[in-house]
Amino acid sequence: MSEPILAVRDLRVWYGTEGGAAVRAVDGVSFEIKPGETLGLVGESGCGKSTLGRGVLGLVPDSAAVAGEVRYRGQDLTRLSPRDLRRMRGPELGLIFQEPMTRLNPLISIEQHFLETLRGHESDLDVKEMRRRSLEALAGMGIPPTRFKQYPHEFSGGMRQRIMIALALVLQPSLVVADEPTTALDVIVEAQILGILADLRRNFDTALLLITHNLGIVAEACDRVAVMYAGRIVEDGEAEQVFSEPAHPYTRELLRSIISLRTTGLHYIPGAPPDLIDPPPACRFHPRCPNAMRVCAEKHPIEVRSDAGQRVECWLHGPRAELPPGGEEPLERGEIALAEEA
Amino acid sequence: MEAESQPLLQVRDLRTLYSVRGSFLDRLRGSEAGSVKAVDGVSFDLHQGEVLGIVGESGSGKTTLGRTLLGLVEASEGSIRFSGQELTGLRESQFREFRRQLQIVFQDPHASLNPAMTIGVAVGDPLRFHGITNDREEIDKFVATALQRVGLTPPQQFMDKYPSDLSGGQKQRVALARAIILGPRVLIADEPVSMLDMSVRAKILELMLELKGEFDLTYIYITHDLATAKFFCDRIAIMYLGKIVELGPAAEIYENPKHPYTQALLKAIPDPDPSRSVPRDLPRGEIPDAVIPPLGCSFHPRCPKAFEVCGWESRDLRALLEARWTELPEREYEAEREMIGDLDALHNPATEAVLAASAGGGADDAGEVLERLRAAAPDDPFWRGVAETHVVEEGVAVRFHEPLEPRDLAVGAARVQCHLHDEDALAAAEQAREAASRRS
Repeated sequence: MSEPILAVRDLRVWYGTEGGAAVRAVDGVSFEIKPGETLGLVGESGCGKSTLGRGVLGLVPDSAAVAGEVRYRGQDLTRLSPRDLRRMRGPELGLIFQEPMTRLNPLISIEQHFLETLRGHESDLDVKEMRRRSLEALAGMGIPPTRFKQYPHEFSGGMRQRIMIALALVLQPSLVVADEPTTALDVIVEAQILGILADLRRNFDTALLLITHNLGIVAEACDRVAVMYAGRIVEDGEAEQVFSEPAHPYTRELLRSIISLRTTGLHYIPGAPPDLIDPPPACRFHPRCPNAMRVCAEKHPIEVRSDAGQRVECWLHGPRAELPPGGEEPLERGEIALAEEA
Repeated sequence: MEAESQPLLQVRDLRTLYSVRGSFLDRLRGSEAGSVKAVDGVSFDLHQGEVLGIVGESGSGKTTLGRTLLGLVEASEGSIRFSGQELTGLRESQFREFRRQLQIVFQDPHASLNPAMTIGVAVGDPLRFHGITNDREEIDKFVATALQRVGLTPPQQFMDKYPSDLSGGQKQRVALARAIILGPRVLIADEPVSMLDMSVRAKILELMLELKGEFDLTYIYITHDLATAKFFCDRIAIMYLGKIVELGPAAEIYENPKHPYTQALLKAIPDPDPSRSVPRDLPRGEIPDAVIPPLGCSFHPRCPKAFEVCGWESRDLRALLEARWTELPEREYEAEREMIGDLDALHNPATEAVLAASAGGGADDAGEVLERLRAAAPDDPFWRGVAETHVVEEGVAVRFHEPLEPRDLAVGAARVQCHLHDEDALAAAEQAREAASRRS
């Protein structure tokens, strides 16, 4: 087994609000990514998945409090100076955002984007070599060399996103964080780009953290999946395993809620995701969970790991020794008020 | 059976054109660069009580179509008849009466609700606007009933709240309450759940189905999402670049899609089944520029099944050449690029194109590049469109077969705009092939 390229331990990212209360966007998260592996991070809006992606790269605002470890090749990124961290972003840590339109400078050509990027991090290359590397990265994304000197507005949305990916990859980073890279795109173009990302991990040893709300994308493009709910990763494991035998009730209910071509009946999770200023005590999913037991409202669930490497935070999976007496009784609670519904 | 009942809404050859202002210079000269046919000759019937899905990607014209039906955008040509009454050409004041019966719910509930208006005022506003009542108490009563009906109970708890106090799903419920308060007959829902979280989408769709039953509503469901449309709609119209390319009963569209574009869309939907991998045989490229759409069938440049008469033209030659260069190593690309001249002439759509020779080289070089292109991708549908090539002074001329415009064809229970289903187009292609082989 190869060493993980990224190991996140008990990461917390809390934001302050005007009222002084803290938003616990990421609240004690641990996971690992191995070289060449694609980890899908899924969750609904407001679960903290984007903050987690930014936290890994040290891109959270100064006002946010960060605790825990983000070890990249053994080095804790949370302890690096902003300057050292900036130096690593690009050649070591790549980043792909959702909206390519806002990330490309409309005033400079694609060629200049690439030359600037390469000059900033690999200044020892001569211009010819920079050009060769750039064209190669663009070709990998299906952008013809004839368009190298064009400006961002001359490209379609899908092409701009490919250019952004090429810009991230031209520095050959070992880890790429992609935050909803296809969400703004049409379904056929989305599938094209997912195909490219899948090739990427096959052909290079680039590890990818793919953040998305779309479980269909994870199923198709990821080796492993981590499911996030209210600031915590509640389950992670091999994508195939998690999708075929979800261990956490949230994963299971979320999978049932997806409306796919095979959907024959509508299913949804009652209630709405909690706000992260004052999340529910103990297991954060217990107010919406159809399997909730008394213990779930009283005691924080303990991580349980299966032989197959699936990890889950849910009392249904034990450990039994930690259960308080009577903890397994079904949780009695009032109906979820309609007013609380989403 | 459907044909017998009088349709509630009858749309014929509807066109909505947006004029495009060109460059700064064009504007100085006062000339316009042209127009975008956002909706380009759309016809369909909507029957009482049905759910018609309008499905398309961004740029397909689906949203403009919805807005044109409501008179929010002016129709440029064609007819919209609602219960037999023509809606196009009506003045705003005349249209108002019909807007009570035709309501819309927009995609983004955050944007469609005024942040400075309480929920009670927002939902009651249509009552005042349409002069139904100005009585505060009566309005509140109507509003309370509507809020209750969309599941916002107890209503008193919501009337004084502002949109920012509500979740996305709750806001969309408010938008629905506002839409039903006037007792409309038709509700146009433009991507009503696409901004909502997966775990709550089904809840809003279920509510819409309940409202439909209770108020005898007829829906037009506009979406990019074939999966929710499959569940929600009785019939589905697939739009591409302003046209309905396929229209039929939902079951027919999903089980037996006839247009290659519909087939591609269905294949591309991500599926939460881990045993499925990313589909590879997808159409190339993206939806083309609507200002100068492709000749013939708009989908032909991306279509794996396109043939002689589908509309092959100069821009397709350029696209094929660029695709080849993307694959070549830099040095080979540069050598080949040197062999031919300026490509910009290929940008103007034409059925006769000249691959120009470079300033230094001769027409033979251009011919050589064309031959390499054919040798590298002999099975590309593009070559079916080429009628003949011959050397001219400036380079090598490529003449394409004459394009045919796709027309509406009845195929089984569906209607499709595709030459693959058109006997005449197939016969024309056969003739074109024969003529080409006689020449060679």
